Amino acid sequence: MSSRTREFKRSNDPPFWLLFSAGGMISALLLPVLIVLLGFVLPAGEVSLERVVDVFENVFIRIIVVIVASLAFWHAAHRIRFTLVHVGLHRLATPIAVASYGAALAGTVWVLAVVIFV
Amino acid sequence: MTVRKPYYERPSSTWWLKRWPYRFFMLREISSVFIAGYGVLLVVLAMQVYRGPSHLADYVNFLDSPVMFVVHAVVLVFALLHTITFFNLTPKAMVVRIGEKKLSAVMMVTPIYVAWLVVSALVALLFLL
Repeated sequence: MSSRTREFKRSNDPPFWLLFSAGGMISALLLPVLIVLLGFVLPAGEVSLERVVDVFENVFIRIIVVIVASLAFWHAAHRIRFTLVHVGLHRLATPIAVASYGAALAGTVWVLAVVIFV
Repeated sequence: MTVRKPYYERPSSTWWLKRWPYRFFMLREISSVFIAGYGVLLVVLAMQVYRGPSHLADYVNFLDSPVMFVVHAVVLVFALLHTITFFNLTPKAMVVRIGEKKLSAVMMVTPIYVAWLVVSALVALLFLL
């Protein structure tokens, strides 16, 4: 049976897998340093609030905030989806997929709203 | 014609608790919850910045507490677990060929770790300089 003759069912997985891997890579590169700076160094008073405002107000950084946060959501949604199925929730596979990706979509709309309107 | 209909036993829902490689796999999967959690914290911080200096000052004050310190410490541990496991997976997820030869795993992973250090340093300079 060659792949030429065999009929494959079209899958909607590739775009989600792409978001998963892009989100995984960007989170891997940026989250540790962001957590250290914004979670420890900033509260310790070692980063000036003016600098934080300047950085976050920058248009380029606003776009990066949208990319980092939304891709983190899509990455997690994809992993949580398959993890829940692998621990035995096979019957709920479809509702789990809808809930996971729905949450990631809601998070994406939220970060867009924050960056554009707040 | 009789068609064989094999019986497949479903794994128990606690299979991942039984051996260390499985437990580690599950910790890696759970790291994604903390990745999303930090996405939320980042958006909240951005929101407080955009709402104005007094909101930002209040929020930074709120971050300067033992509870938020522990929260960030736990998130950081899982983020590092994510970073290391994700980088180490790249040679398995994609194979780079140069001519006939496959690029070795070490040759693929090392530049990624170097890029991580460079990116981290640049972000630190952005906030600290």
